[in-house]
Amino acid sequence: MNLNLKKESLRKVNETLQSIDRKSNKKIFKISNPDGNHAICAGLKDEIEVTIDGHTGYYCAGMNMNANIIVNGNVGTGVAENMMSGTVHVKGNASQSAGATAHGGTLIIDGDTSSRCGISMKGIDIIVKGSVGHMSAFMAQSGNLVICGDAGDALGDSIYEANIFIKGKVKSLGADCEEKKMNKKDQNILRSLLKKASINESEIKDFKMYGSARKLYNFNIDNVSEY
Amino acid sequence: MCGIVGIYLKNKKYNSQLGKFLTGMMNSMATRGPDSAGFAIYSSEKKKKYKYSVCSNTDQVKEISKKLSRYVKDIKVKSISDHLIIETAMKPKKFIEILKNHEELSLVGYGSCIEIFKQVGNPKDVVKNFSLEKFSGSHAIGHTRMATESAITTDGSHPYSTGEDECLVHNGSLSNHNNLRRSLQKKGIEIKSMNDTEVAAGYISNGLSDKKSLKETLLDGLKDLDGFYTFISGTKNGMAIVRDEIACKPAVVAETKDYVAIASEFQAMAHLPNVNSAKIFEPEPGKVYSWGK
Repeated sequence: MNLNLKKESLRKVNETLQSIDRKSNKKIFKISNPDGNHAICAGLKDEIEVTIDGHTGYYCAGMNMNANIIVNGNVGTGVAENMMSGTVHVKGNASQSAGATAHGGTLIIDGDTSSRCGISMKGIDIIVKGSVGHMSAFMAQSGNLVICGDAGDALGDSIYEANIFIKGKVKSLGADCEEKKMNKKDQNILRSLLKKASINESEIKDFKMYGSARKLYNFNIDNVSEY
Repeated sequence: MCGIVGIYLKNKKYNSQLGKFLTGMMNSMATRGPDSAGFAIYSSEKKKKYKYSVCSNTDQVKEISKKLSRYVKDIKVKSISDHLIIETAMKPKKFIEILKNHEELSLVGYGSCIEIFKQVGNPKDVVKNFSLEKFSGSHAIGHTRMATESAITTDGSHPYSTGEDECLVHNGSLSNHNNLRRSLQKKGIEIKSMNDTEVAAGYISNGLSDKKSLKETLLDGLKDLDGFYTFISGTKNGMAIVRDEIACKPAVVAETKDYVAIASEFQAMAHLPNVNSAKIFEPEPGKVYSWGK
């Protein structure tokens, strides 16, 4: 089914996708002329496949549950923010805060993302084939962020228990983020994530892993004079 | 919030459509800044002529022309909405002094190719009032304002121009503008309002008058201007964009062989020709990008 945003309103298109008749066999949708509109495919909850042909605005595929969303273009701020499950695949670049606060599902970005990718992530797997901007995985709580390119300043600042796998250079690490030794279990996680994004598994050896040093978990009395 | 837009045409065949392009860009940024709007248009330079963009609270063009022609011989006055474009060969220093004696006229910009228009109200109405669609030129910059730092007045609207053929639009807010205003005023830069962006415009004018390039000036600004900002700055020769190092304020650039467009959001340029095949990127924090002759 084709949905043309030049002919139908954004609200109408989103309503159509949010209220799928589960008995029908309509599972594949295409959206044309997104023209940078915000909140396209926000709040989907069924196992459907939606392809968006063009560039989108803010919060594309936000709060996604179950749906498989492909964007043939760039996305604005907050793609797949608060996603619960399903897959979002961006063929272009993503703006700030990609996958912010998302609880689950997989976000694949073929290009680069700007700052704060995976900010406060809570269980999502994010695979970025390009580079990420500054403060990525800021306060990340759970899940995995895979970066095939480089990372900007303050990677993993104030990180809790998420894993960061990165192949390229890290400009600087944020507070309480440190390099970790990758064990078999971690390698298996990374292998399955690379597989999801159709990246050659042999590249595993080129990746480094970062996580929390857990020094910010409790107040350190030596720092009392700082306050 | 605020919306900022800019377009620089590389291919002259689009010059006659500059106003139409900017109208579309400003209309779609109206939601980001519904309080007031303004734009600067750069068209071809008229040798030995200056254009003074003036906001006037009277619509009596004839009377004003008559009044001014007492001091200035060759004068041509064009009226568009509540603005007047006064064209004369008289040099800025002298003419600005004359304007100061006329309280009903307030200068918003001047130069050999710039024209500036700004007004309180929804951007969609403002661009209609000034018939922006009909303008042609080589490059243009626009702003839709959601007021934070100062009052919703024409004085508080962007673009700001503190030097010949210069202009600046800003999304964000500066925190050290009061100190900076004082030190720039001491250096002789005229800053009229209490607005933070006008101070940044004055900072750029000061840099340019020190024979620094626009790029150098904006790079220095990263150290001297404290706050959040994405700036688009225009000069006779082109335009530049810079974002502060934290880069909270958005910007996206689309470049084709025919033009460069900048906007707060991609939707502002979705109507531009062949934009889907443009090179689209987000300016990196703390880096200056410029285009021009």
